[in-house]
Amino acid sequence: MTLKQPPLAAAHAERGAKLTDFGGWEMPVEFDSIRVEHEAVRESVGRFDVSHMGQVTVAGPDAGRLTDRLVTNDVAELDPSESCYAAITDDDGVMLDDTIVYRLPDGWPNEAEYLFVPNAGHDAEMTDRWTRYRDEWGLDATVTNRTESFAMVALQGPDTSDVLAPETDADLAELARYETVMADVAGVETLIARTGYTGAGGFELLCPWDDAETVWSAVDCQPCGLGARDTLRLEMGFLLSGQEFDPDDEPRTPHEAGIGFAVALDTEFVGRDALERVDAEGPDEKLRGIELIDRGVPRHGYSVTTPDGTPLGTVTSGTMSPTLGYGIALAYLPVDRVGPDDLVRVRVRDEPKKARVTTTPFLDR
Amino acid sequence: MSFTVPDDLRYLESHEWVRVSDDSARIGISAFAQDELGDVVFVELPAEGDAVAAGDSFGVVESIKAVSDVYAPVSGTVTAVNESVTDRPELLNDDPYGDGWLIEVELDNASGLDDLLSPEEYEDQIA
Repeated sequence: MTLKQPPLAAAHAERGAKLTDFGGWEMPVEFDSIRVEHEAVRESVGRFDVSHMGQVTVAGPDAGRLTDRLVTNDVAELDPSESCYAAITDDDGVMLDDTIVYRLPDGWPNEAEYLFVPNAGHDAEMTDRWTRYRDEWGLDATVTNRTESFAMVALQGPDTSDVLAPETDADLAELARYETVMADVAGVETLIARTGYTGAGGFELLCPWDDAETVWSAVDCQPCGLGARDTLRLEMGFLLSGQEFDPDDEPRTPHEAGIGFAVALDTEFVGRDALERVDAEGPDEKLRGIELIDRGVPRHGYSVTTPDGTPLGTVTSGTMSPTLGYGIALAYLPVDRVGPDDLVRVRVRDEPKKARVTTTPFLDR
Repeated sequence: MSFTVPDDLRYLESHEWVRVSDDSARIGISAFAQDELGDVVFVELPAEGDAVAAGDSFGVVESIKAVSDVYAPVSGTVTAVNESVTDRPELLNDDPYGDGWLIEVELDNASGLDDLLSPEEYEDQIA
């Protein structure tokens, strides 16, 4: 399979980025060092090319209704320029993807009213899903996969506004979390959203594919790759598609994954009835944080046991936290057997390392 | 990008270096290897007195993104372990041929050294 190239591929090559295959895209994993990039975002500001993320727009009289019925959160409640985090579930309430749904602001350049951002490599499948249900329900909506029409740049960190403000006419201070605005960024018509995946604050910029380099070079600061994006999101306990949930390899409900807050049971959506039962009974397993007490790096697939070696679960994601300086991990653990503050072991190359169950985020913020 | 390949060392294809003086040898990983790995965050090494065998794994170096075995360029008995890299794994990134060394061994015999790559051969390999 040929990997897709982001619109900034040439700029990344020139900057000496190391590349990796992610969701069918060849993306920068590291520009300088994961630690340097991670620290830039926590302490100041960094920019990420996230053009591998999907963009699907929905237009027409039933655009909101269709989208509302296919995601767990309350889309009908969104005013123009608002957005929300949501899961996309199947009839059993199993997560197929997580996404942000935007009700688009004034000035959006086409007729669409809603935009949602599926994870890398899921855009075609989700476009099909929306189209299929539209037909099944007889709704009047146009679903368009625009993943290769838009570039996406995430600017993250406490000093983000210092970098972005001089390049835009948008009043950034006015923008609330999950709010969006159409604005001029370095002469390019751009959707600015106060969203992100790092816990460090900041904005995500959506601009036409062909203008990616203009926007990218205008917001000049530490370029960051997917390596730092992963350590940053993991410190916050944010989910990664394919690791914390995957319909085939890790079928999980939003309640197990700890995103029950994004499930609006008072709305109608595919998977709602199953999730109502989960909500009433509580999930048998929950995604927990694990902090290593012993030195070591927990990684995907490592087993988690009780101190006497009884299996409890498996690490879905793990790393050495650059901010905290110790190993952190996520794992689904049985609710009736283990909870926050309990001691467990993570088996690293057959050696049980002492660890403690904790709540996420790992960082106090 | 080009990486330093000191003249006075011998190399393994798997990117370890060895500096032989008399019957002892110091072992580490190359500048190229540390760059490939990225930020080193954990190092697992044998204890003094352990035997290592040429071509066999003697420890593990972990970066944020990868776990990598390290292989012994020579056979012998471990006489010193660099405790500094256990506490400060980033020394492997900062100074791979100096403070970031891993272990010292007393050589079983000097044979096998000729099988290692010369600096020129290693340079060709990573070019």
